Amino acid sequence: MAPLTAPKSGDALFASVDRVNAELFTLTYGAIVRQLLTDLEEVEEVNKQLDQMGYNIGTRLVDEFLAKSNVSRCVDFKETADVIAKLGFKMFLGVTATVTNWDAEGTSCSFVLEDNPLVDFVELPDTCQGLHYCNVLSGVIRGALEMVSMKTEVTWVRDMLRGDDTYEMRVKLIKQVPEEYPYKDDD
Amino acid sequence: MVREVAESCVDGVVMEMVAVYCGRFYAAKPELAARRIEAIGFQVGHQLSERYTMERPRFSDHLEAIKFICKDFWSELFKKQIDNLKTNHRGTFVLQDNRFRWLTRVSLDPSAESTDATDNDSAPLGDTAAQTTSMLLYFPCGLIRGALTNLGIPCSVSADMSNLPACSFVVRIKT
Repeated sequence: MAPLTAPKSGDALFASVDRVNAELFTLTYGAIVRQLLTDLEEVEEVNKQLDQMGYNIGTRLVDEFLAKSNVSRCVDFKETADVIAKLGFKMFLGVTATVTNWDAEGTSCSFVLEDNPLVDFVELPDTCQGLHYCNVLSGVIRGALEMVSMKTEVTWVRDMLRGDDTYEMRVKLIKQVPEEYPYKDDD
Repeated sequence: MVREVAESCVDGVVMEMVAVYCGRFYAAKPELAARRIEAIGFQVGHQLSERYTMERPRFSDHLEAIKFICKDFWSELFKKQIDNLKTNHRGTFVLQDNRFRWLTRVSLDPSAESTDATDNDSAPLGDTAAQTTSMLLYFPCGLIRGALTNLGIPCSVSADMSNLPACSFVVRIKT
């Protein structure tokens, strides 16, 4: 067995998890968005639901990620962002993101996705212009980071479905929540 | 090469979809939630069977199409085939998966169970478990119905989960 301390590479990580045909995932997500649009009518409301769904998924995926990746504590937000881009995206979606556009304080950056399995086969009709189709992804990031004590705000700045040249989401670290231990050391 | 994603991604969106419809939208109207979940499955099954049958000849009869669901379709989705197929030769088929992948990791949310118990004291324990699971199963029922409908076979599909994690899907072809 490999030593437990060495973090796996993105490729090794993706190879180690159970995988399924991406079409099932892409079409299922598409069908859900479609049904939500029919039921909720308001595009803004759909955006909110997708974000909430992503958040809930993220809170669970982060556990699986930490359990399988052998990643140890990140020293700063920069390292956290790199781990998400190179390992997190890779482990679940099979693609990597690029981290760019850091601000001077090192508290906000962009994830750029050239290849996004979520949008295979997707085209947005004119009636859905306000839809953030990939909101589930930003929700996942927010949910996952919150579980490791980082409160963030994640927004889409570029979206190919809305005519941009790539997918870019902006992640802003709002605050680092101090960890509260459920036990006392001297007990 | 076929593009793949982690299985957790599918698990995640399917579970959240069920949670959204059962919990947030139609908590008081499970039959409406069920219809929505089935409709989502139908849409996906319809599209998938279109893609998976692109390069094969038309099926000669119902049994051929059902066999396609049991073998190729199931393998694409769950990496295994249906374990047992029964039919009465009058339009009813029972497809049994001895270890249905989407049920192997289902566990209960104890908080949901306790709130439900206080709402309705007469509900026997375990009812919520069965309810949650059956909601989850509307999705694969829809998948099968969507796939068969796309192959020109209108039908109804129900699921029987009396011995988990085995699961039977009953297909009744409409004549």
